[in-house]
Amino acid sequence: MLKVLKYSFYDLGRSRWSYIYFCFYLALGFVLLFLNNDLSKAIITLMNVIIVLVPLIGTIFGVMYYYNSVEFTELLLAQPIKRRNIFLGQYLGISISLSLSLLLGIGIPFMIYGLLKSAAIFDFFLLLLTGAFLTFIFVALAFNISLRNENKIKGFGYAVLLWLFLAVIYDGIFLMSLMVFEDYPLDKFSLIGTLLNPIDLSRTLILLKLDISALMGYTGAVFKNFFGTSSGMIISIVSLFLWIIFPVFAFVLKARTKDF
Amino acid sequence: MIKVEGVKKQFNKNPVLIGLDVEIKEGDVVAILGPNGSGKTTLIKSILGMVVPDSGIITVKGESNRKDSSYRNQIDYLPQIANFPANLKVAELLKMINDIRGGSVREKELIATFGIEPFLNKKLSKLSGGTKQKVNIVLAFMFDSPILILDEPTTGLDPLALIKLKVLIEEEKAKGKTILITSHIMSFVEEVANRIIFLLEGKTYFNGSLEEIKSQTKQADLEHAIATFLEKEYA
Repeated sequence: MLKVLKYSFYDLGRSRWSYIYFCFYLALGFVLLFLNNDLSKAIITLMNVIIVLVPLIGTIFGVMYYYNSVEFTELLLAQPIKRRNIFLGQYLGISISLSLSLLLGIGIPFMIYGLLKSAAIFDFFLLLLTGAFLTFIFVALAFNISLRNENKIKGFGYAVLLWLFLAVIYDGIFLMSLMVFEDYPLDKFSLIGTLLNPIDLSRTLILLKLDISALMGYTGAVFKNFFGTSSGMIISIVSLFLWIIFPVFAFVLKARTKDF
Repeated sequence: MIKVEGVKKQFNKNPVLIGLDVEIKEGDVVAILGPNGSGKTTLIKSILGMVVPDSGIITVKGESNRKDSSYRNQIDYLPQIANFPANLKVAELLKMINDIRGGSVREKELIATFGIEPFLNKKLSKLSGGTKQKVNIVLAFMFDSPILILDEPTTGLDPLALIKLKVLIEEEKAKGKTILITSHIMSFVEEVANRIIFLLEGKTYFNGSLEEIKSQTKQADLEHAIATFLEKEYA
């Protein structure tokens, strides 16, 4: 698996897109710091961007990489390597390289701005950790989509729909149902609703840490009341882990019986 | 060496293999023939574990090919359509496969034989079809494995390269290797193979030696013998 990981990583290191992604975050980091002039405020703005964009880039990049490397995959399949290792190696290759782009792209401007001397350093690391979680989750979901669809256009379509659903539509439905059923106790419903969407989960996690009640919204408040800040954070991190493990398990299972 | 028993496979409700039984013994040079869509490549990919049969068992050297991936160490495979990662250079591809698999014995010799040196630093996406096929051949022959599977090895080769390929196959034959070939060029098959397996609509239609196929169809050469089979079946 390490050899597959090595070559996927090597391949991505030469891909233009890794650098575009990196430069985008670099520019974003500098612009936000320039406009906000305040590390903690910049972190909040950054959170809003990361939570929406990282999943989008993860899904699109994951699907694109899979379809682009079909030849490489076929070449590897004829070699004495386990299927599981081929796909896990490629998955880790993209996820790690995207996470690194995020880490460096955002880390560099914040470092220059004096992050290390600031009190916001833990908030910042939590933000990057969440970004990495979201990358691993959405690349795994992207692999599930592309392994199940030979047709590239369909695969891309489903990937964009998935992102749109989790990033936008889900919240809409969620809020609507909170309004429609406002006469009923909704604590548990909204807790479960949050756990079922990795994007909401990440948002809650960061807001719990930042402790900004104004931004927390209903679900954040319920989360905090129900679990308290520290156990709330532990539960959301565990749930994010599960959000990686299940999709990875699902695509490995699918890869075992797929024909090439 | 390779045993295929009752293998069935369909793609999207389109049956490709319907209960195929094939046995290939050590040192056999077998040509798998059949019209387009008769299941030749599916059979080969099933042996390699790239296609998962719906039912049936395939064993290589007595071990099921679904258990483990290490049996592929015994097999050198030349795929039908040479699709390579486009942004790799030829030298990088060779190095990579060598690194993943380990123990190539005649890489340099083969590169010289097929005149690939000028292309070593070119990207694979920039190569012509014939040159790609030569790289493909180098990749397949550079490991000295006991089983060779060649899917349409002659595609795109110029006459000189074709002669060199035949010499290469003769050498491997002399070493006592088990070789599986598919091809639509009957003269090529006649030169290299000593046994013919003819697939028709997902089943073995004929399995025997070159002489048997000729005497059974009362034809002087393989091309006409195969044509006789097809006429009989579709008439």
